[in-house]
Amino acid sequence: MNQQSGTSGLIFNEPLLWDKSCKGRCAMSLPRQDVDRAELDESLTGDAPELPQLSELDVARHYTRLSQWNFGVDSGMYPLGSCTMKYNPKTNEVQAARQGFAGAHPLVGDEFSQGALKLVFNLEQYLAAITGFDAVTLQPAAGAHGELAGMLIIYAYHAKSGKQRSKIIIPDTAHGTNPASASLCGYESINIQSGENGILEPEAVAAVMDEDTAGIMVTNPNTLGLFESNIKEIADIVHSKGGLVYGDGANMNAIMGVVKPGELGIDVLHLNLHKTFSTPHGGGGPGAGPVAVVKSLEPFLPIPRVVKNLDSYKFVTDYPDTIGRLHTFYGHFGVLIKAYSYILSMGAKGLSDASKLAVLNANYVKESLKGTLNLPYDLPCMHECVFNDEFQKKDHITTMDMAKRLLDYGFHPPTIYFPLVVEGAFMVEPTETESKEDIDQFINAVKAIAKEARENPEKLKKAPLLTKVTRLDEVAAARKPCLRG
Amino acid sequence: MKEISDLNLPDDVKYTKDHEWAKLDSDIVTIGINDYAQDQLGEIVFVELPEVGDTFSEGDEFGSVESVKAVSEMYIPISGEIVGINEALEDAPELVNESCYDNGWIIKVKPDDVAQLDNLMDKPAYLDMLKG
Repeated sequence: MNQQSGTSGLIFNEPLLWDKSCKGRCAMSLPRQDVDRAELDESLTGDAPELPQLSELDVARHYTRLSQWNFGVDSGMYPLGSCTMKYNPKTNEVQAARQGFAGAHPLVGDEFSQGALKLVFNLEQYLAAITGFDAVTLQPAAGAHGELAGMLIIYAYHAKSGKQRSKIIIPDTAHGTNPASASLCGYESINIQSGENGILEPEAVAAVMDEDTAGIMVTNPNTLGLFESNIKEIADIVHSKGGLVYGDGANMNAIMGVVKPGELGIDVLHLNLHKTFSTPHGGGGPGAGPVAVVKSLEPFLPIPRVVKNLDSYKFVTDYPDTIGRLHTFYGHFGVLIKAYSYILSMGAKGLSDASKLAVLNANYVKESLKGTLNLPYDLPCMHECVFNDEFQKKDHITTMDMAKRLLDYGFHPPTIYFPLVVEGAFMVEPTETESKEDIDQFINAVKAIAKEARENPEKLKKAPLLTKVTRLDEVAAARKPCLRG
Repeated sequence: MKEISDLNLPDDVKYTKDHEWAKLDSDIVTIGINDYAQDQLGEIVFVELPEVGDTFSEGDEFGSVESVKAVSEMYIPISGEIVGINEALEDAPELVNESCYDNGWIIKVKPDDVAQLDNLMDKPAYLDMLKG
């Protein structure tokens, strides 16, 4: 198992479909026309769209070749911090493809959708149990959408209480999308800094929390991969001034089955099923960003909601305080099936073991690489660890150069230059699904790259060297984007 | 990235803690980001400018600079009205990297109170801040 996974090999080139187009080529034979030709009214006609003319084989090869250029978690380790790119078990796909689910139609009505409604109802119950909250909506289509839903709920809560507030507190270790979600609700972001060890200090929150502040948005574990150990005290401070605590659950993979955010004083939490619950992430999506709330916020959840009555299930829309509908029908149902499959196949012990292994793996990476890369916050981490390029500066090698070089070793680069609190951040999240052998290969690759940084820095500046395309000119791409084929 | 001793920090401009510079010419203040800021950001790919006629109070965000690495907000060091923006940056944001004190200037402000400039740092004070 010492073979290097990144190597060179034959890579097919592939032009754009328009460049392959050949006039008159077609993927099917049309039957002979047996009616008279009739001209359309001129007002209904225009230039035909310029579509490529190709055979079926042209198209099959085109997309097969493009897919071979791709890198996914099925092809190699994908240690993208803050993103939880864990493996997606294939049983999830099998369950989602079952005829009863795949053939279901959202317009057939409750009576003929009992199985689907039962799945939605049960999944809400499971997520409520895992997070320690009272009620859950599965509608939001992604994490940022879940954040928006959560902030709309907080906004609706303050509106209902008779006095709207104008500000929201956001620490520098929160997720980057948090201020955007708050702004969409009309809240001004009050940014505060974490303490010296990367943990938020209660005093910093108390200094800015007042009765015009709607609450705080906390990411726990935070984007440094550290557990916010003062969370309860911070929640008490915010609650004492009438505010609410929003929890960004994007990093739930570190604490699933171990810590219940609902017991920490958090009032609203979003989850990313495509991170924590092993549904496809990124281009493999779509995602799903369920939101969990405490009892007092339940009336504000989006409609429709699924209600169980004896042994039957139905959609209910009669909730006068609801923030309304967030998605057509009931969110990304196909994603929900996959998360449900994951929870049932893992079981309670399996889920908490997954988190424990995710944390163990990240700490293993942290300890193994801390002499190789600089570790700004040397504390036990949760599911991810953040290094930077301080040791490589003397050779003028940056985080970007090292990330690019990792591609040559067959690994997807980690998250870089985020979180912003660490200059030149190199943020690794191995997840629980990587074996020790694979993690050791990654560690060895980073060590080899650090050695190259000292001995052959010019080579690193040109990396990647083995990929289909080598170092891209990202500056020109941003300054002079070419947006058409 | 440059060593502090290699930074180009002219004597005839004032500096802010957010690594901007400001220079008074008759009654108009020209503002840009300094050599340290452009060097840290790396190659700049977009500059978000305010509009002529906008008014700001000291400390307000008036625009942002975007590099391949990150987007950074710019904060106005003096209250007043925008009387000029560097439109050349729309097509050539690299001017900020190439010539941050001349062709890469960002805004011109008609200040409400010129005395606010006295709160900014001169070169020695700014260097002290960088050295921490």
